[in-house]
Amino acid sequence: MPEYKRPSSLMPMATGYCPGCMHALATRLVADVIDELNQADNAINVVSVGCSALNLYSWHGDVIGAAHGRAPAVATGIKRCLPERLVFTYQGDGDLAAIGLAEIMSAANRGENFTVVFANNQTYGMTGGQMAPTTLIGQKTTTTRFGRDPQTTGYPLKMCELISVLEAPVFVARYALNSPKGVSDAKKGIKKAFEMQLAGKGFTFVELLTNCPTNWGMSPLDTLEYMNTNTIPYFQPGVYKDAEAAK
Amino acid sequence: MITINSMMCKGCGYCIKFCPKHILEMGKERSEKGHFYPVNINTDACTSCAICALMCPEAAIEVAAKN
Ligand SMILES: Cc1ncc(C[n+]2csc(CCOP(=O)(O)OP(=O)(O)O)c2C)c(N)n1
Ligand code: SF4
Ligand code: SF4
Ligand code: SF4
Ligand SMILES: [Mg+2]
Repeated sequence: MPEYKRPSSLMPMATGYCPGCMHALATRLVADVIDELNQADNAINVVSVGCSALNLYSWHGDVIGAAHGRAPAVATGIKRCLPERLVFTYQGDGDLAAIGLAEIMSAANRGENFTVVFANNQTYGMTGGQMAPTTLIGQKTTTTRFGRDPQTTGYPLKMCELISVLEAPVFVARYALNSPKGVSDAKKGIKKAFEMQLAGKGFTFVELLTNCPTNWGMSPLDTLEYMNTNTIPYFQPGVYKDAEAAK
Repeated sequence: MITINSMMCKGCGYCIKFCPKHILEMGKERSEKGHFYPVNINTDACTSCAICALMCPEAAIEVAAKN
């Protein structure tokens, strides 16, 4: 029968996240995998700007903070200097798909040998719930008061789809954290990405569909169903590229 | 057997929703942090499947193997 122990990469205290925030769940999953791979002393967490970055308070191992959107550039430098370390960025959707769009596309296109963990909660959580590039059509935010209108703000950016058409990336996948099946698949995906990085295979990208109960204006439990009816149909979970499977 | 650390729990209810044995329930007392937290109402029925721990954002639940 399975057992579960709190991972050693987390400090022995509660996170700074709101109740039910899936940034906490995503952080815990990364920590679980790092423990399973025995990498607690070897991992470097490159955090971005946003609620995403709050995980640095609960992270036991090495952390470095990057400027907004620039985590892939910082991770590039670290990994090139310290190729033996397990390097990953942890970025939100505003960080990665808005201000940092150039950095993520360039790092992916160069095939840098680190892993991106991308938490897509379809909003700028930290700054009070403004529209992000990933905000869904019709979704109300503080800057789309009547719902996002593609006529003026375009369509939600699908990052896995964009990155998977590049030559260099070796693993690109999306998972939803609103069910045990999704969470357990996400854990396997993160593990696979880290293993590929440790084997020197190249750029790996794992998108996690997450929530923001506070700015969505819902209870944590209500976000689970909202994600089934709204988020998942647009951002389809799945493996978009797997160089190992293609062989 | 599961152990819930009330100092870490934020009362989101995910563990209660996904326990396949429906043996977790929101307790009536607040933790020192001010959150309501789950209690196990039927310890014997727990299979140690660890689904509650898998879904807990705060890693507040630890699961011991069933013996
Ligand atoms: C250069 C710069 N521009 C703007 C900001 C303000 N800012 C802080 S967090 C944030 C958005 C974060 O959104 P996201 O990446 O989706 O993270 P979340 O909080 O949702 O996890 C912005 C615009 C900043 N800190 N620095
Ligand atoms: S504001 Fe949203 S993203 Fe930030 S911690 Fe709270 S629930 Fe999570
Ligand atoms: S280990 Fe499984 S059966 Fe036991 S409380 Fe958790 S989810 Fe329920
Ligand atoms: S999932 Fe974790 S944080 Fe949420 S109610 Fe259960 S024990 Fe508490
Ligand atoms: Mg966000």
